[in-house]
Amino acid sequence: MQIHLSPSDGVPIYLQIVNQVRLQLAAGRLTEGDELPAIRTLAERLLINPNTVVRAYRELEALGIVEKRRTNGTFISAAGSPLALAEKRRLLAERADALLAEAHQMSFPLEELIVLIRERALETVEVAS
Amino acid sequence: MIVEVENVTRQFGEKRALNRISLTIPKGTVLGLVGENGAGKTTLIKHLMGLLKPDQGTVRVFGKDPVVDPVGVLGQIGYLSEEDILPGWMRLHELIRYSRGFYPSWDADYAEALRRDFGIEKGARIRELSKGQRARAGLIVALAHRPELLLLDEPSSGLDPIVRRDILGAIIRTIADDGRTVLFSSHLLAEVEQVCDRVAMIRQGELLFCDDLESIQRSYGWITVRYPEVQPTPPLLEGAVSWNGDGREWSVLVHGLPGAVEAETTLRGAAIVDRRWATLDEIFVGLSTELVGR
Repeated sequence: MQIHLSPSDGVPIYLQIVNQVRLQLAAGRLTEGDELPAIRTLAERLLINPNTVVRAYRELEALGIVEKRRTNGTFISAAGSPLALAEKRRLLAERADALLAEAHQMSFPLEELIVLIRERALETVEVAS
Repeated sequence: MIVEVENVTRQFGEKRALNRISLTIPKGTVLGLVGENGAGKTTLIKHLMGLLKPDQGTVRVFGKDPVVDPVGVLGQIGYLSEEDILPGWMRLHELIRYSRGFYPSWDADYAEALRRDFGIEKGARIRELSKGQRARAGLIVALAHRPELLLLDEPSSGLDPIVRRDILGAIIRTIADDGRTVLFSSHLLAEVEQVCDRVAMIRQGELLFCDDLESIQRSYGWITVRYPEVQPTPPLLEGAVSWNGDGREWSVLVHGLPGAVEAETTLRGAAIVDRRWATLDEIFVGLSTELVGR
């Protein structure tokens, strides 16, 4: 699991960890049964207070995304995977809102925006294949 | 409580260096001490080590008075400052042998492991080391007796990012290993934000706050307000610490409940167009300039 902290935007570090785990879950980079790094390991890697990692994992547990197991590890829970779809919708809705707001500012009609998205999708598929 | 400072006042001639400071450091926490140069950070740390005696108030470290019982207190403290206090004529192995004499709890294996990690030759003369390597040598001396309390007074000033990482790593390991306690004074507020649980800010010898980092972050924030008319001067709002902007859009750093600002701006026909978290750096600058503006 890779976490990148950005010190300049003021978002509390535990929240940055929570958000990135959710993002990676939505992107399929984390799936059910994956183990998160041990608290000390992540703290030393990111050079952050171990209590901050504890706080982030507790938050993820409260959200039902991870669960603690007897072995003392923290794992992506079975309930976490169905959440992935909801997360995807949530994240894409945010992007869609931003795109719609920009289109609106440029007085670009919605119908043409939809056509544009279809065109782009076709082009991306061609490039990929 | 590892450290208890109660109502401490210290005067240097005309200057009141510390004014009725009270704060505590619970076991297992990392307290960040921030403030401008000359605010009183080093003076406070010197009180914890018994190097200065308060004019009024009491200082207790491990429940003891460091002035009365320096041996009992200093033996359990690891200290690193920005000043170069290591004897330059010594070679590293001499420095290590000399330092271990002071500390019954000295862990020779740990000292050796740190030396290898930091890549300093045993026979290297201290004054011939680079600034960064001297800081690392200082870190070996501060850590190798596995102190209950680690005092770091501006340890990263003027050092390159790689040495600073070693210092931060030392802080993390110190608390991860059986919950020891750290006081970390620094100008690099992003680093304070990274490693500290609690933050104390001193301004001109007075304690502005000492609170959980998260509570501090939650009680400050930026709000961008857009007014229907151009505002020639920063609008006055309750809870505003500092402003920037011009014309119709102004960003304000607010302290306290955002609801109050919301109500006030709506009253003036303004709209809140953006809100975001404030970094510790921005809070620090806001509070420092607040005084200048008064």
